[in-house]
Amino acid sequence: MSPNTSPTTLTPDVLVIGGGPAGLTTAANLAPRIDGEVLVLEREKEAGGIPRHSDHTGYGVRDLRRVMTGPAYARRLTADAVSAGAVVTTSAMVTDWADGLAVTVTSPRGRFRVEPRAIVLATGARERPRTARRVPGDRPAGVYTTGALQNAVHLHHREVGRRAVVVGGELVSWSAALTLREAGCSVALMVSQYERTESYGAFNLGGKALLRVPVANRTRVVRVIGKPRVQAVEIENLDTGARRTVECDTVVFTGDWIPDHELVRSGGIELDPGTLGPLVDTALRTSRPGVFAAGNLLHPVDTADIAALDGKHVADQVKSWLDAGGSAQDPATGVRLLADRPLRWVSPGILRPGDPAPPRGRLLLWTDEFVRVPKVTVRQGGRIVNERKLAWPAAPGRVFRVPWSVIRGISPNAGPVTLSVG
Amino acid sequence: MSNTTGPDPVPAPTPDDGYDVVVIGGGIVGAAIARELAGHEVSVALVEARSDIGDGTSKANTAILHTGFDATPGTLESRMVARGYELLSRYATETGIPVEHTGAILVAWNDEELAALPGLKDKAERNGYQESALIGADEVYRLVPALGDGVLGGLTVPGESIICTWTTNLALATDAERRGVTVLLDHPVTEVTADTSGDGFTTLRTEGGDVRGRWIVNAAGLGADHLDRLFGHDRFTVTPRRGELFVFDKLARDLVNKIVLPVPTSRGKGVLVSPTVYGNVMLGPTSEDLTDRTATGTSEDGFDFLLTKGAALMPRLLEEEVTATYAGLRAAINHPDYLIEADRDRHYLLVGGIRSTGLTAGMAIAEYVRDVLADAGLVLKEREDLPDPPRMPNIGEAGTRPYQDAARIAADPAYGEIVCFCERVTAGEIRDACHTELPARTPEGLRRRTRAMNGRCQGFFCGSAVEQLMNDHSTTGGGCARTCHEVTH
Repeated sequence: MSPNTSPTTLTPDVLVIGGGPAGLTTAANLAPRIDGEVLVLEREKEAGGIPRHSDHTGYGVRDLRRVMTGPAYARRLTADAVSAGAVVTTSAMVTDWADGLAVTVTSPRGRFRVEPRAIVLATGARERPRTARRVPGDRPAGVYTTGALQNAVHLHHREVGRRAVVVGGELVSWSAALTLREAGCSVALMVSQYERTESYGAFNLGGKALLRVPVANRTRVVRVIGKPRVQAVEIENLDTGARRTVECDTVVFTGDWIPDHELVRSGGIELDPGTLGPLVDTALRTSRPGVFAAGNLLHPVDTADIAALDGKHVADQVKSWLDAGGSAQDPATGVRLLADRPLRWVSPGILRPGDPAPPRGRLLLWTDEFVRVPKVTVRQGGRIVNERKLAWPAAPGRVFRVPWSVIRGISPNAGPVTLSVG
Repeated sequence: MSNTTGPDPVPAPTPDDGYDVVVIGGGIVGAAIARELAGHEVSVALVEARSDIGDGTSKANTAILHTGFDATPGTLESRMVARGYELLSRYATETGIPVEHTGAILVAWNDEELAALPGLKDKAERNGYQESALIGADEVYRLVPALGDGVLGGLTVPGESIICTWTTNLALATDAERRGVTVLLDHPVTEVTADTSGDGFTTLRTEGGDVRGRWIVNAAGLGADHLDRLFGHDRFTVTPRRGELFVFDKLARDLVNKIVLPVPTSRGKGVLVSPTVYGNVMLGPTSEDLTDRTATGTSEDGFDFLLTKGAALMPRLLEEEVTATYAGLRAAINHPDYLIEADRDRHYLLVGGIRSTGLTAGMAIAEYVRDVLADAGLVLKEREDLPDPPRMPNIGEAGTRPYQDAARIAADPAYGEIVCFCERVTAGEIRDACHTELPARTPEGLRRRTRAMNGRCQGFFCGSAVEQLMNDHSTTGGGCARTCHEVTH
C-alpha cells in the first residue's frame, strides 16, 4: 500500500469477492438471513460474471429451474442479490489483503478498506491463453481465448475473421464455435488432444451435427503462423507425429481452465494441487478461518448453475460461522480426498466428521480419459471402501459428478481417501 | 533555416531546408543521441522507420542495467557501459524510470564454471568494478533458496539492476522532443543522396518524404549495415541474433529476488533468471544466429531449450504459469566492439554493433557521439534554457502505482477504474498514454506505456475494453472522442 493512503473502512458482516453466479447466489441467500450487510465486490463494470459474455441459451437449469440466455441469467442473478438486500458494488477490485480478514479495494469512488467478519472468495476461473500453453510461433492479431472472443463479439460487437481454428475439446469449445458462427466466421477445424469425440455428445446447445465442425482428435497446435494477422497454424498428430498446416485467420484457444487464485495465494491460503484453487472441505471452508470459497474457483470449470448452487451451500455455512460468533472453534480434523489417474482432481478435498454433505450431494471430478461406463473405486489405507458403477460417462472437458454416498463408510482417522475410475 | 550559432533558444524545426543533424533510429541509442545533441544550439530530427519509438531491438531485451563488470577491459563498450550505468541511474531517478537495485549472482553449476569465477572477478576489477565477491554454495542458496540442486559457488555483482527498457526509451525520446527534436515516425530510409548542390546537406529519401541534414547519424540497429552501404561503406554485417524469453506469472516473483546470471565458458552461454520491474520473473534468452531480420517469432527449439535450462536452474519456476513469451533480435556484428566512426567527408557518423548493453550504455554513447561530432567540426554550443526532463508514468512495482494512490484517485476517479485486472492498469493511465507527447498509437504501443494486456489473462477479461478505450481516446482522425483536453500527469 502506498504511504499516502489512508483509506475509508467499510465493515459489512460478509464480503463476497466476485459478482458472478457463485458470488451473487451466495449474497442472495445470505442477505435476508443476517442482520449485517452482505457486500459483493465485482471488478467489472457490471455484475454477472462469465454468463454476461455468453449470448446463447442453456443457463439457469439447475438453480432457477428454467432455461435462459447467459446475459439474461446474469441480470436475473444480479437483481435477485440486490432485491435480497445485498449491496453489489461494481468496478471495485480487491487488490490486496490488509491484515486479519481485511482487504484493500480500488474503485473510482476511492481506495478503501473492507473489514468483514467473513469472506467468500468467488473469483472464478479463466482459460489459459496461448502463452501459458507455450505455443510458439509469430505473435499476430487474431488469437483469442473464448472469453476474449465472446467479450469482443457480444459486448463490444467487434468483427473477427472469416475462418477459424478452435483449439480444445471441452464444452466451452463448442460455445466458442457458436460465437464464431454468429460472428460470420466459419470453423475450419476443431483441434482436440482427446481420443474420441463422444465427449461432445453432451453438447446440447445447438449440437455438433448442427455446427458441422470438422474435428481433429489426438492433435495439438505446434505453431502459430502469420504477421500481422494469423495466416495458419501448424498441427501435429500426437500418435503419429505427422504435421500439417491449416490456413485460418483466427485461432481460439478454449478451455484449459485455471482458477483466478491470486488472492488465495497472496493470502497464504492453502492450494489444492489438483484444482489449483483453494483447498476446501465440504463446508467450503478454506485454510484461513473465516474465509470460504465457492464456484469455479474450486472446480475449473463446471456449468454456471452448479457454481451458483455452491453459493447457496456456502451461504448456510457462513451463516453458521457468524452465528457462532465468527470465531468458532477449529473444525474437526479431517482426511484428504484425492484423485487417482486418469482423474486429475476432486473437489472438495477434505472430509471432516460432522460436516455437511458437499453442494448438491455431489463430488466433482475431472478426468483426462474417456470412460463410457465408469466404475468408481474408493480406497482408504489400501482397503477398498466402496465400488460404484455409474450410468453416465466420465468425459474429458467437463466435470464428472459422483454421488456423495460413494464415500460412505470411510474412517475419519485412517488416512487419505483415494478415488479412481476404471 | 536553422542556425548553429544563432540566438534562437529553441531551434525551430526546418524540414524544408534541413536539419543540422538527422539521427536515424528511434531505439534507445538513437533517442539518447537526439536528446543529447538537442541540448545544444542545433536543429535535430529523429527519424524512425516504424510507427513507434522503441519498437525494434530496444523493446525486447533482458532489461538489465549493467555495471559493465563483464565487458572486455579496454574496449569502448567497457567505458560506455560503466559511464552509461552512472548516467542512466541518475536519469532514471530524475524521470521516474522504474529501476530496482536487486544485484546479481553468477552461479557456477560445474567445475569449469567454478574455476572461471576468480577470473571474472579480476576482469570486473579491470573494468573498474570493485564490489564483486566470491561466495560459496551455501551463501548462494541463502540468497536464492529456490535454485535447483548442484550449485557449486557464485560471484556477486551487487550493482546489477533491473530497469524498464520501454520507459527508458520513451523518456529519452520525449525529452528529446521537449528539447525541440522533430520526431518523424513511419519514415523508413530508402535512399541516400549526398550533397550534390553544394549546400552542405545530405538528402534522405524516406517513405514519409525527404529529410535533409548537414550531419547524418546512423543508429539504425538491425538495419545499420544496410544504411551504411547506402553511404558507400562496406565495413560490417549485422547478424540478427534471436533471443527468446519466457516471462512467468507474478506469483513466481517470490522465488527470485536477484538476477541469476550464467557463467560464460567455452561450452557457451547459459540463460539467466531475473525478476522484472513489473513483478514477473524472466527466463532466457536463447541465442540463435539467423539471417531473417524480421524473424521475431518464437520457436519450438527455443522453448525446449528454455524449459530444459529452467528445470535445472529453478525447478519450481516451471510450475508457475507462463504469462508471455518474447523473441527479440539483437544486432550482432562481426566486430568485437562498438563501432562508432565519423566519415568527415560525407558528414556521416555510424553507431553500429551496439548489442544488448546498449540499454545501459545509450546515454554514454550519446555523449561520445557529441564529442566525435564536435571534433569533426559540428559547432555545438550548450543551451542554457533546457526544459526539465519529463516525469514518466510509473509502471514499476517498486513505486506507487495509480491504483494504489488514494489521493490521486480522489482527485481523478479514472485512476480508480481498473481496466486491465491482471496488471492493474486504470482507465486514467490509458487515457494519459493516448494523449501524452509521443502517444500510444497501437495496442503494442499501449502495452509498453501502461502494461495493459501484458498480464496473465492476455486479454481474456480486458482486451476489448482496453481497445475500446484506446479507440475512444485516439487523436488520429479528428481528435479524441472523449474530448479530453489536458494530460493530467
